[in-house]
Amino acid sequence: MRNEINEAHEAVEDSGDSSDTKRKIVVPGEVIVEGEDYLPGEGTRREGSKIVASKFGLAEEAGRVIKLIPIFGAFVPRRNNVIIGRVTDLTYSGWLVDIDSAASAFLPIEESPRFINRNEMDQYLAIGDVISAKIWTVKGKGIDLTLKGKGLGKLEDGFIFRIIPSRVPRVIGREGSMVNMIKEKTGCQITVGQNGWIWIKGPSTDAEIKARRAVEFVADKVHINGLTDKVEAWFEENE
Amino acid sequence: MSSMDTSNLTKETLKRMFAEGKRFDGRGLTDYRNLSIEYGVSKKAEGSARVRFGNSDVVVGVKLQTGEPYPDSLNKGNLMVSGDLLPLASPRYESGPPGFNAIELPRLVDRAVRESGMIDFEKLCIKEGELVWTVIIDVYPINDDGNMIDASTIGAIAALQSTLMPELDESGKINYEKKTKNKLPLSQETLPLSFSFFKLGDSIILDPTREEEEACDTRITFGASKWNGQLMLNSCQKKGDLPLTQAEIEKIMQIIPVKFEEINKKLKKFL
Repeated sequence: MRNEINEAHEAVEDSGDSSDTKRKIVVPGEVIVEGEDYLPGEGTRREGSKIVASKFGLAEEAGRVIKLIPIFGAFVPRRNNVIIGRVTDLTYSGWLVDIDSAASAFLPIEESPRFINRNEMDQYLAIGDVISAKIWTVKGKGIDLTLKGKGLGKLEDGFIFRIIPSRVPRVIGREGSMVNMIKEKTGCQITVGQNGWIWIKGPSTDAEIKARRAVEFVADKVHINGLTDKVEAWFEENE
Repeated sequence: MSSMDTSNLTKETLKRMFAEGKRFDGRGLTDYRNLSIEYGVSKKAEGSARVRFGNSDVVVGVKLQTGEPYPDSLNKGNLMVSGDLLPLASPRYESGPPGFNAIELPRLVDRAVRESGMIDFEKLCIKEGELVWTVIIDVYPINDDGNMIDASTIGAIAALQSTLMPELDESGKINYEKKTKNKLPLSQETLPLSFSFFKLGDSIILDPTREEEEACDTRITFGASKWNGQLMLNSCQKKGDLPLTQAEIEKIMQIIPVKFEEINKKLKKFL
């Protein structure tokens, strides 16, 4: 399957569905825990002996480290992120790709999986086409993409839509459990880009609509513990 | 912002879905989203309303001020509609000089309200040839999830209906602090509404979300009103590159009376 992406490695910052760890919703400035034993993780800071939240989100303890998963937030591109983007322009040496981040992304012609003649670039990727690509470098000037990799390339058929990027880990779930369940239940192919763009292609329109509503349901209920059970119940209700 | 443009994929999928009569949110092609109206959202305005269509959200305010009449209508009041597409409403709005949409939106509201004869302009005359009331309608989208035009028109008529005239002393000065109990001279018979139909492929849809709106090729907006039980079309404007066929216009004409009654009924609940 060409468009299948191995979600396992995407969930590196593993914050997927886990009912054993306790999460609590915190607002910026709220004290999460007190004590010198704890270490401030992403989205938190230390103030004296307290660990304080600097974002609105879900705080959880991972050993001694306090982590915070923001509920809202823009996509911050990182190297090796697999994203979904839309071609916005063709230049002499490659394609400009909109990946919904602050900086624009560039896909050099050399980074396509096969040789492409410079005169026939638009036959491979035209303006408005959707690709799934990997971020190769993030520099001050911009972002470079590559299409060399498993499951990367132009996306054919189906549709894309957007969710809030910080909720992507929740949609993927622990080692892809959540997205795999939605795939199984609806029979659709789903690719989740780290930038919050999601591509769905299914056997029928109804299955596609259902898959999208399921993903939006998960992205909406991001703060709830034991979401996997809730999604299963949702599928039974909407059978 | 470019990320708001639809991709080729989504456009094709929407085209296919509309042909099957389906939409992502489960509505029918000509179904409206939930409508809600809130009155009196602005304390400084003489009348105001906030209209929501699903996630679309628009605030409309009415200000009254006195001024000289235009030379061709010495005994009539004036109407001004202005709109401001705030960047907070949608990433596709930029700050700076008004763009095409920021000019078109208030213009469409203006024509729908003015041409319906809802406001009795002659009663807005204070002294013929010298002093008349000017009605200023300001449209502020708060959140743009498509169908801003229809929402703005509903907001405008709701705001007009809740408008109370401020006190006017003998020297012609307005005391905005003191509101009288007089409402604007509005015709009770008519209620203007606008209907924006969007076309994608061969399908005609109403009340699109932002996603759908951007995928569509063509839009046609009709301003309709009812006078003495007779439905009238007051204004019409088309946008987009692709034409509409005669059969499609005839289909739209079948839809408008049904939707007019539907929206009217919903509106009456809030008035």
